[in-house]
Amino acid sequence: MGHLAVLTGQIFNGISVGSILLLTALGLALSFGLMNVINMAHGEMLMVGGYVAYLTCKLVHGPAAFLVALLFSFLVSAVLGGLLEVTVIRWLYGRPLDTLLATWGVSLILQQGARSLFGAIGVDVVAPHWLGGSIAINHGPLAGLTLPWVRIFIIVLTVVTFAALLVFIARTRWGLFLRAVHQDREMAQALGVNTKWVDLLVFAAGTGVAGLAGAALALISPVTPTVGQSYVVYAFLVVIVGGLGSLLGTAIAALMVGLVSSSVQMFTSVSLSDVFLLVLVIVFIQFRPRGIIFQRSRVMKEA
Amino acid sequence: MKKWLHLALDLALLAALLAAPLYLSAYHLSLLGRFLAMAILSLGLCLVWGWSGVLSLGQGVFWGLGAYVLAMHLKLAGLQPGDMPDFMMWSGLDHMPAWWTLFRHSAVAFAGVLIVPTLAAAGLAWLVFNRRVSGVYFALITQALALAFATLLISEQGYTGGFNGLTDFTTLLGHYIVDPSFQRALYWITVGVLAVSFLFCRWIAKTNFGKILLAIRDGESRIRFLGYNAAGYKMIAFAIGGAFAGVSGALYLLHVGVISPAMVGVVPSIEMVVAVAVGGRSSFTGVILGTLLVNFGKDWISSAMPEMWQLVIGLLFILVVTLLPKGLAGIPELRQQLAARFKRRAPASGVDAKPLAMTQEN
Repeated sequence: MGHLAVLTGQIFNGISVGSILLLTALGLALSFGLMNVINMAHGEMLMVGGYVAYLTCKLVHGPAAFLVALLFSFLVSAVLGGLLEVTVIRWLYGRPLDTLLATWGVSLILQQGARSLFGAIGVDVVAPHWLGGSIAINHGPLAGLTLPWVRIFIIVLTVVTFAALLVFIARTRWGLFLRAVHQDREMAQALGVNTKWVDLLVFAAGTGVAGLAGAALALISPVTPTVGQSYVVYAFLVVIVGGLGSLLGTAIAALMVGLVSSSVQMFTSVSLSDVFLLVLVIVFIQFRPRGIIFQRSRVMKEA
Repeated sequence: MKKWLHLALDLALLAALLAAPLYLSAYHLSLLGRFLAMAILSLGLCLVWGWSGVLSLGQGVFWGLGAYVLAMHLKLAGLQPGDMPDFMMWSGLDHMPAWWTLFRHSAVAFAGVLIVPTLAAAGLAWLVFNRRVSGVYFALITQALALAFATLLISEQGYTGGFNGLTDFTTLLGHYIVDPSFQRALYWITVGVLAVSFLFCRWIAKTNFGKILLAIRDGESRIRFLGYNAAGYKMIAFAIGGAFAGVSGALYLLHVGVISPAMVGVVPSIEMVVAVAVGGRSSFTGVILGTLLVNFGKDWISSAMPEMWQLVIGLLFILVVTLLPKGLAGIPELRQQLAARFKRRAPASGVDAKPLAMTQEN
């Protein structure tokens, strides 16, 4: 395999890691931008999505089984997220650090629940056969490069989801409400936007997308009770780098984090790339403390 | 009257702790000793979180630094001249790295327990607070730090003992660690250090420095507009918290005899925060009690029903944060508030008359 092929392969891996990070981080960024709330149980929504995909694939057969699984993963995670918003997060409005701690409690409970139900050892979702195999390039400068269909599917899924979210925010009535609440909560409320419903909807949509990420992740690695925890810390870094509630910033940041971690891993170990990533993030906020893309505003926020 | 009651309560607690070897079994005394060591960390966290409003989810890192520094010294103390720690030979290192031999001297090691975590905490705080990144962002960065620290310790097996960590210590300053008289002395030393830390926190709370910390918690921008360097104050508070954590880790290590990455990662760091939240984040007495309560509870539940602990601590977290944000220390106040609520007819009850600036923001 030539150098170029190895490099392209790593970039491809980086993009596919970044895709899952993006799916995970989108919900975090949305609810953080809107409600100034960080949901520590967000990783567990990913886990739930993975387990739902596993169960669905056990019950439903046929070539479209995994697509059904995706749908169910989204729905179950979204409903669970909605429940979380109504029972815990709504009551802690304006206390972001307390929300963080309370949702951490939720995440511990969900993890233990999964451990009791499915055991500590991971379960596998077998990819449908139309996702088996890979594109192999045999000629030219990229000879030896293989691109697994599963990873391509994840990238496509991410692009589609991201585009759908953008359209939702830019074109629909609820998207308009979302933007209004994002810009000025009090004013939107005064003009008759039901902010409680907007909060709930956005939060549920965000956790639903995390569920999608979990189902997608289940294709490439086993689902374990702690799978969410291991991903969500990176998703938090993505949100920090991306900027407060900016979807585009989140997308760029997710790609950056994915690419950096997969290319650093070429030279050092996985654990050193963790350290390197953290150092990079801390260096990054020296230059752009509010993230890649942020709204200029004169509002003093005590966040 | 109230002040007098507080003092009496603190003195009673101190007396009960000092006399503990008289009425506790060796097993429970050893547990109490290590939990009191944890309480030192909680005091630091109280100063950082309860007073300055800076939530750290990576306190395990500074705790671990203190513990690992002392553990390196203990490892070296048990060696013949020219020997290497066993795990280094297993991992194929041919000579001891220089920064290890640094801690051969007990004086250097003791200083290191204090200095290394303090510098690490101060450095991180300086880098982050100077750019006015705080609140939720800071909490997430410290959590990532805890993750990175634990994975680094596991991967650098040749230098850190990897997943198993550092253990098998024999002597400290020529005394055998397993010796019961050493353990008892260690217990009293722990109580002593805790008492000194407690008084130090009390003193800080009284100084102008402490008042500015509170003011930063309740309205950082205002403090900045008044010309104070809020980042500097927060950095000092965070560094003090780091120092407390380091000392706590070193004492804990002596009680337990082992330090490993599993004890310093994301989950242990969060459990440290739970203990403080349960006790009452801004009450020094409260966090000590909270730490004892949570840790004894953990010991009891996880030996009776191991799988229940995570459920219990999760529920505890949710309930305390939503219903009792001031923790156990807030119960008396809560009673007053409830009483005031029942006496609705009395005009301008104490709760409503509270000025806005006094409400907790974090």
